[in-house]
Amino acid sequence: MKKKNVMGICTAVCICLLILWLLQALLMPKYMSESQEGALIAEYYDEAGGNDVIFIGDCEVYENFSPITLYEEYGITSYIRGSAQQLIWQSYYLMEETFKYETPKVMVFNVLSMKYDTPESTGNLKHREAYNRMNLDGMRWSMSKWNSISASLTEEEKEWGGNWSYIFPILRYHDRWSQLSSEDFKYIFKRDEVSDNGYLMQVNVKPVTSEHVEKPIADYQFSENCWEYLDAMKELCEKHSTKLVLIKAPSLSPVWWDQWDAQIEEYAKKNGLLYINFLDYQQEIGIDWNTDTYDTGLHLNVYGAEKLSSYFGKILKDEYDLEDHRNNEDMSSQWTKKVNSYNERKKLLEDIRDNKN
Amino acid sequence: MQFTSISFLAFAGLLLLIYYIVPKKLQWVILLIASYIFYLSAGLEYLFFIVFTTITTYIASRIIDSRLAKQKLYLAEHKEELSREEKKEYKDKIKKKNQIALVVYLVLNFGVLAVCKGLLIVPFNQMATNTVLGFLSLGLPLGISFYMFQSVGYVVDIHRGVVRAEKNFFKVTLFVSFFPQLVQGPISKFSQLAPQLFSEHSFDGKKLSYGLQRILWGFFKKLVIADRIAAAVGALKAPEYEGMGFLLLATFYAVQIYADFTGGIDVAIGLGEAFGIQMTENFVRPFFSKNIAEYWRRWHISLGEWMKDYIFYPLSVSQPMRKLSKFTYKNMGNLGKRIPVYIASIITWFATGIWHGFSPNFIVWGMLNCFFIVLSEELMPLYAKFHARFGLKDKKIYGLFEMARMFTLMNLIRISDLFPNVSLYFSKLLSLVTNPDISVLWDGRLLNLGLTGLDYGIIGFGILVMLTVSIIGEKKGSVRDLLSQKPAVLRYALIIALLIITLLVGSYGIGYNASNFIYNQF
Amino acid sequence: MEELLEILCELHPDVDFESCTTLIDDKVLDSFDIVTLVAEIDDKFSVAIPAGELVPENFNSAQAIYALIEKLENE
Repeated sequence: MKKKNVMGICTAVCICLLILWLLQALLMPKYMSESQEGALIAEYYDEAGGNDVIFIGDCEVYENFSPITLYEEYGITSYIRGSAQQLIWQSYYLMEETFKYETPKVMVFNVLSMKYDTPESTGNLKHREAYNRMNLDGMRWSMSKWNSISASLTEEEKEWGGNWSYIFPILRYHDRWSQLSSEDFKYIFKRDEVSDNGYLMQVNVKPVTSEHVEKPIADYQFSENCWEYLDAMKELCEKHSTKLVLIKAPSLSPVWWDQWDAQIEEYAKKNGLLYINFLDYQQEIGIDWNTDTYDTGLHLNVYGAEKLSSYFGKILKDEYDLEDHRNNEDMSSQWTKKVNSYNERKKLLEDIRDNKN
Repeated sequence: MQFTSISFLAFAGLLLLIYYIVPKKLQWVILLIASYIFYLSAGLEYLFFIVFTTITTYIASRIIDSRLAKQKLYLAEHKEELSREEKKEYKDKIKKKNQIALVVYLVLNFGVLAVCKGLLIVPFNQMATNTVLGFLSLGLPLGISFYMFQSVGYVVDIHRGVVRAEKNFFKVTLFVSFFPQLVQGPISKFSQLAPQLFSEHSFDGKKLSYGLQRILWGFFKKLVIADRIAAAVGALKAPEYEGMGFLLLATFYAVQIYADFTGGIDVAIGLGEAFGIQMTENFVRPFFSKNIAEYWRRWHISLGEWMKDYIFYPLSVSQPMRKLSKFTYKNMGNLGKRIPVYIASIITWFATGIWHGFSPNFIVWGMLNCFFIVLSEELMPLYAKFHARFGLKDKKIYGLFEMARMFTLMNLIRISDLFPNVSLYFSKLLSLVTNPDISVLWDGRLLNLGLTGLDYGIIGFGILVMLTVSIIGEKKGSVRDLLSQKPAVLRYALIIALLIITLLVGSYGIGYNASNFIYNQF
Repeated sequence: MEELLEILCELHPDVDFESCTTLIDDKVLDSFDIVTLVAEIDDKFSVAIPAGELVPENFNSAQAIYALIEKLENE
């Protein structure tokens, strides 16, 4: 009798946990048609390994660089670990995590997030919380994820379960039951790939019509906190004999102040790092702000991204003597598939765009 | 740490594990440590207050108890040689001394309570922030009204010779600070709670299961109902809602406070049960009461008992009251007989009002309760005649009418909680007659209170579940007992369903808003 | 005892006090009744019942009340 009781309880607990797990899978946002950038972080794990270059950073990496172009033109294998408004500690922990999966020759970090000292300093906290989710929910469990969560929580998140709500995301998304769509059921276990090695393709064109102006700020000094993370990235790369490259993508907004540029310039010089501010090379890259941006200069579209990648690829090739994988049979068969799917995606999106117009 | 938080659940889970692993002799020590971790998680600044009450309680209890012990010994030793008068004289002497100790103890503790509560009144608070008392103006120390009353009850019981003082200081500390009941009660009696706190508890699957079920039930009430309806209660407080809007406010507030308070008590008592400790019940389906006296025997029972035992009884049987009683009886007849009781009632309800808060509306609240209790006592013979004449007492429908009348009356009294401005409260009451404004029920204003149609649906569903459980409880006894007799599959299915509903439908967390997830750094 | 029963009957004529042993538990006597009773006992027996003795065990039956009175008389 007693034994039967215990068995009964165990069964009930297991069934309960199974139901909760299913519900959690159902309730989590899928990011398949809307807010696709939310799906980026999780997509990496299938492609981990064998990349010579890893990009880390915010939208300025996942919208502006195309790994497919890097491969097509130079045979460079690369992946972008980017996410919406990725903050510098999130970048650091992603980098730390990436080294568990592979050791790239070059690590590229976009320095825009140096401007954000705390989650609060980003302004809109409602969005900030959502971006935390898009940055962190997709990560597999590791100490890196745990530490990244702890560093990222907004005050509101701390109040509502803090790290617990990342361990059990159902606590965060529990009330999504009233907003479920067929997409949630379709993608409950398996997601489609929304990116091409971390690049989120945009084909629309929305030219720059006016100059992006921002009010000068009081203090241009980057915070101690951010410098520490940048130092930590540098050390991490040194430890793995990986070259760290600092870049500033050529996005026109948010404004990249000269004062900021100077600080990074000096830091790079002092530490023997390559720093490229692509804003200074718009001519050489050949960016045409009438055709190469989908949102008036904040991000490049695919045509701009291809130009930028072509330009940056040459630098990478020359500076770091990266192997041309196009001659490697295993690699090339794998990458040919990627190239094809990239071209299909591009065609599909262009068709949709043209039909709309 | 809020009861309805993940940290608290994790804390409680871990604690249960440790509690049943350590040698049973140490179980109470674990509870003591846990209580202080719990208390400190609310803030270090409150520690002073609870330690103060603990120390004064310990000292007072030991002093009073040792004098009583001495008295007993003395009387036993000199049993033969002392006359009755001499014995009485000796006893009176001891009693006087003990009374002094008791008064000092009460003044110290209630003084602290008065200062703390007084400081919540804005002008005092502003005055205090600029003085040495500034550190007090943080707000009320967690649970002070509860642990202090419990401690006072203990010391008075020792003085009355009902219980003996606990000699172990740390055991007294645990009695004062036992964390499940620290925040909102129930206010326990030493004779009831202490033996259980300090005794050894073997693991009992049934008690644990019952405890967990009750905790889940508490979570359901708090998260699904109370926290969801809170928005509408807040909105309906606005000046423009009069008449029907005010009546709705009173009703919503009744639902909110019932679900919130009884939910919290369910968590507390359930937690105690999981530790093998049976705490005293604080609510017995009060909304099924048919008259106000019955209501107060079923709502916040432990406070009512406390007020009765330590204020109402001592007052009404005190020397002056007896004299008054004799006097009024002689001069006013039968009504005179009841006058002293009514005076004691007024004082008791005044104290109960103050207990809830140092502001005029709580005093009005207490006085209104008292007024209706006295009124119904005075009208009892009249009612009896009326009932007999129409044979109403046995009619079910009349019973329902009495419940509805009681429910409405108590709601309208209780809602004064929310109106520190007493004249506003009375003008709202008046508006029930002068400005009924019934159209609020259908003109869409109810959808502007921060609740959607779906929210109302969820609340309605929650109330229905709560009502069903209450009716079963009223008619058939313990719901968990009934459930335990059902097939295991059904039982587990019901519990899992309750868990999932609470988890999904509960009103907690940041709330999902898809538009926040759309990336637009524009 | 007779005198006590008289007092009780005056309070609630419809209750059989000789046999009932759950006067408090079944809420036959409420707190107002208790106080009235204490006053009456004080009057008729000249026994002052202190507040500390006002516990359910002492008032659940007529016998219990009578025992309490006797105990207090002998003190």
